[in-house]
Amino acid sequence: MTTTQSNSAQVSKSVISGRASAAIQPGEELLRVENVSLAFGGVKALTDISFDIKKGEVRAIIGPNGAGKSSMLNVINGFYHPQEGEVWFCGKKRRSLKPHQIAHQGIARTFQNIALFKGMSTLDNIMTGRFTHMRTNLLMQAIWRGAAEREEIENRQVAEEIIDFLEIQAIRKTPVGRLPYGLQKRVELGRALAAQPDLLLLDEPMAGMNIEEKEDMSRFILDVNDEFGTTIALIEHDMGVVMDISDRVVVLDYGKKIGDGTPTEVRSNQAVVDAYLGVAHD
Amino acid sequence: MDTESKALDTFPKYLLHSAEIYAQRPAMRHKNYGVWQSWSWADLLDEIRCYSIGLQQLGVQPGSRVALVGGNRPRLYWTFAAVQALGAVPVPVYSESVAEEMQYVLEHAEASFAMCEDQEQVDKLLSMADDLPNLKHIVYDEERGLRDYDHNRLHNFSNVQQQGRDVLAADPEAAQRWLDGIAAGRGEELCVMLYTSGTTGRPKGVMLSYDNVLVSSINGNKFDNLDHTEEVLAYLPLAWVGDHIFSYGQFLTAGYCVCCPESAETIDVDRREIAPTYFFAPPRVFENLLTSIMVRMDDASSLKRKMFAYFMDVAQRSGETLLNGGKVGLADRLLYGLGNLLVYGPLRNRLGMTRLKVGYTAGEAIGPEIFSFYRSLGMNLKQLYGQTEASVYVTAQPDGEIYPDTVGTPSIDVELSIDDNGEVLYRSPGVFMGYYKNEEATRSTKTEDGWVRTGDAGFIDGNGHLRIIDRAKDVGKLNDGSMFPPKYIENKLKFFPNIKEAVAFGDGRDHSAVFINIDLVSVGNWAERNNIAYASYQELANHPDVYKTIQEHVDQVNRDLSKEELMAGAQIRRFLVLHKELDADDGELTRTQKVRRSFIAERYEPLIDALYSDRTEQYIKTEVVFEDGRRGELAATVKIGDMQIYDAAADQPQPLQASA
Repeated sequence: MTTTQSNSAQVSKSVISGRASAAIQPGEELLRVENVSLAFGGVKALTDISFDIKKGEVRAIIGPNGAGKSSMLNVINGFYHPQEGEVWFCGKKRRSLKPHQIAHQGIARTFQNIALFKGMSTLDNIMTGRFTHMRTNLLMQAIWRGAAEREEIENRQVAEEIIDFLEIQAIRKTPVGRLPYGLQKRVELGRALAAQPDLLLLDEPMAGMNIEEKEDMSRFILDVNDEFGTTIALIEHDMGVVMDISDRVVVLDYGKKIGDGTPTEVRSNQAVVDAYLGVAHD
Repeated sequence: MDTESKALDTFPKYLLHSAEIYAQRPAMRHKNYGVWQSWSWADLLDEIRCYSIGLQQLGVQPGSRVALVGGNRPRLYWTFAAVQALGAVPVPVYSESVAEEMQYVLEHAEASFAMCEDQEQVDKLLSMADDLPNLKHIVYDEERGLRDYDHNRLHNFSNVQQQGRDVLAADPEAAQRWLDGIAAGRGEELCVMLYTSGTTGRPKGVMLSYDNVLVSSINGNKFDNLDHTEEVLAYLPLAWVGDHIFSYGQFLTAGYCVCCPESAETIDVDRREIAPTYFFAPPRVFENLLTSIMVRMDDASSLKRKMFAYFMDVAQRSGETLLNGGKVGLADRLLYGLGNLLVYGPLRNRLGMTRLKVGYTAGEAIGPEIFSFYRSLGMNLKQLYGQTEASVYVTAQPDGEIYPDTVGTPSIDVELSIDDNGEVLYRSPGVFMGYYKNEEATRSTKTEDGWVRTGDAGFIDGNGHLRIIDRAKDVGKLNDGSMFPPKYIENKLKFFPNIKEAVAFGDGRDHSAVFINIDLVSVGNWAERNNIAYASYQELANHPDVYKTIQEHVDQVNRDLSKEELMAGAQIRRFLVLHKELDADDGELTRTQKVRRSFIAERYEPLIDALYSDRTEQYIKTEVVFEDGRRGELAATVKIGDMQIYDAAADQPQPLQASA
C-alpha cells in the first residue's frame, strides 16, 4: 500500500543554513578581521582589531558600555567600512558594499532595539526574511500563478519550519506590535534565520529579558547552532549567559581588543577583569 | 480474514474493519507547519502496521507494557493500536507529572518500552533510567535536539517504522503474521492501564479490558448517535480516561476523525478551524472560554457591547427552552433568530462550536450560569458523571432532559444504586478488571458481585436523575444533626466569578462557616472600573465594598440552600475573606488545585476560633513560601461577616427549563 500525497506530515525539512559558506568545513575560518580601525571624525571607535570567526561556532563579543561592540558588528556585516584593515568573509576580501549587497552576502542579524514591522503578522515578518531568496519579479508575483506560487510555497515552508522551531505557532497571525518584548525578540531571530544565513549576528539578544526568557533564548541560540550548524556571533552583557553558551569570546575595551579565547581563558585574563571592575586607565 | 477476527472484540480488529469500510475517509488530522495534514483510514492502517512491526523488531511482545509519554500527537495515538496489535499493553502517563511520580508509574507498571513525544520527555525518562531496570527501549516522535544522544536504546520513530516497512518488503509472510496476531486477540484481555491521578496516596493502575472500553465506547456512540462523520479535537491528557474513550475508543468504534492540535497554545485557533461536532471538556475549559469572551466583549465597541447584552438577555429567556424543544412565544422566537444571526452564530464560530452536535462537561461540577450560557447560545452541552473505573460512563444527561444540578440518568447498560451511607454504587460492562498489583484496593472498591463504590455521596431525585453532593468521606454532620456537605457549599460559592476558592467548615460544629478567596482577575477588574486603588490582594480582599459583594453572594447561597430539604441546615452563618490566596506552594491546595480542608483548618486555627466565637475581627500572622523557595510572613486583621439564615422551604428542586 502506498501512502497518499496528503500524507505530508513527514515533509522533508529544508536545510536552514547558508550556501555561500558551503565549501568551508566546520571549524575552518569563516570570517576574519585584520587590523581593523574605525573612526567617526575624531572619535576612534575601533583600533587595530584582529580576530576570526570559525564556521559552526558561537562567538561572543563582550565589553563594557561604549567599548565598540556594536560598531564591530556593523563592520562584520559590512554596514560600516573600516578606514584601515581588512575583512575576509568566506575566503574573499570584502570591498565597500551597497545595502542590497550587504543583504545578499549571507549575513543576517537582529538588532539591539527590535526592528520588526509592527503592523505585520509574525508570519509576514518572517517571510520578509526570505526576500533575498526570491527570484520572481513584481509582475510575476502580481500574476502569481506558476513560478510565484511555487516560490511562495517553498518560502512559506521554510518560514513554517522556523515558526515550528521557535515554538511561536500560537502567534503566527498576530501583529508583532501586540506581542510582549521577549516574543518580539524571538520573531526577530526567526526573521534572521529565514534568510538562511552563513553567519548570524545577534546584537544583545537577551537585553531586557527576565530569567525565564533568557533561558529560552539561550536554548534557541544553542539549538540553532546545533540543529542547522549556523555560525553565530553575538554581543551580550549578561556574563553568565555568554560564558555558558559561547565557544570563544573576544573582549573589547575602549575600542581595543584586550582578550580573546575560551570563556575560561577570558575569565582569568587580568586585563578583562580590570576592564569590568574598573581599574584606572593611565 | 476468518470469522474470529470479524468478531470485532479488540481495537486492532476495529482498525482493520475501519480501514476496509472507510478506506479513503479522513481518520486523523494533525496541524503541522501551519497546515492540517491528514491521514485516511487506509493510510492510518499502513502507518500503524509498519510501526507495529517495527516495534516487534525492537522486542515488544505479547504482555509487554509500553508507556506513552507526551501530548496529543498522531504518532502517540498510533502507539496504542500498534502496541495492542502485538498483544502488548499501552500505559499512558501524565506527561506533566513530576519525574518522581512518573517513575513510580513506570516502575509499578513494569514498562519495558516507552514512546515519548520529544526531548523533554526523553530527558525525563533518561534521568530515571538507572532506577528503571525494566525499561529497555525508548522511541521518540520529535527528533529535535536528540541527534547527539546515545542511540543504543533510543530510537527515532521514523527509523522504527522504516524497519517495519523493510520487514514487510523483505518477507511476504510478515503482513499475514501480523494479521494473525490481531486475530488471536480476545475481548476479555487487558486493553489499557490508566493510572488515576492520585490526589490521595499513590496512583493506582486501573486495568481495563477490551470489553470494558469497547462496550463503553459503543454505548457512548449509541447514546448520542455518533457516527463516522464526526470530527473531534484531541487536546486532553492521553492518560485521562475521558480522552482515551473520546479520542481512541469512540474514534475507532465510530470511525470518526480525530484532529490533533498544533501545540497546546494554539488549541483555541485549531478548534475554530476544525469546528468539532463532538466536544468533551472539564468545566475549567468552559470557564476559561467564557472569561475570554467577556474580556473581549469589554474591549469591544459600545454598539457591539449593547447588542451582546441585549441578545444575551433574549438567549437567557428563550435559548434553552428552544434547545430543549419547548414552546416559546413568536416574538421571542423571532428575536432569538435575529440574535442567532447577529450574535450567537458569530460567537459559536469564534468558539469553534458552529458544527457542535453534542458537547460534554465532566470531571467536576460546572457552574449553572456557565452551563446555561453555553446552552442558551444553542450549543447542546450536557453533563456526564464518570470514572476511570467505569470506562467513563456512569450517568449522562439525555437530550432534552437537562437540569443544571444533576448529572443525568444512568448510561446504557449501567445499573445504579445508593448505599445506606449515601454512597453511589454502579455496575456496568465498563467496570474495570481491578487495580494492577493492588488486590486490597480492588476488594475495597469493587464488590464480589461487580458493584463499584464511587466514593461520592449522592441521591436520585424525583426525575430519576442522579445528583452528586460530595465525596462520601467528606460529608459530615453539624451538631444539630443536619447534613454538612462542604464541597457542595464550596462549589455553590465558587460559581460566582468573584469567588475563586472557598473552604467550608462545620463537621462536628454548631453551624457552617466559610473562608473565601476572592478572584483577583474578576474583582481587580471591577476595582479598576470603579476607580478603587489597591496595592495587593490583601488590601483588595479587605475592602468594605468587596466584603459587601461577597456577603451578597453568600446570602444567595443561603437562599439556595434553604430551598433544598436536605441542605437547609447547612446554611452559612459566618464567613471571612482570607488575607492571602490559597496556594499549592504553601500546601493549602493540592497540585490539581483542590483545597486541603484539614490542613487549612490547622494552619488558620485562630481564624476558625474566631468564626465560632462572636468576635467581628481577628488578627493573624501566616508564614508564606514564595515561588523561588524563600519564606516570608504575612500579617493581617481579618473581618468576619454575619449572615442571615432562611427558613427551610422544602420544595422540590426545579429544573431550569422543565418544558421538554
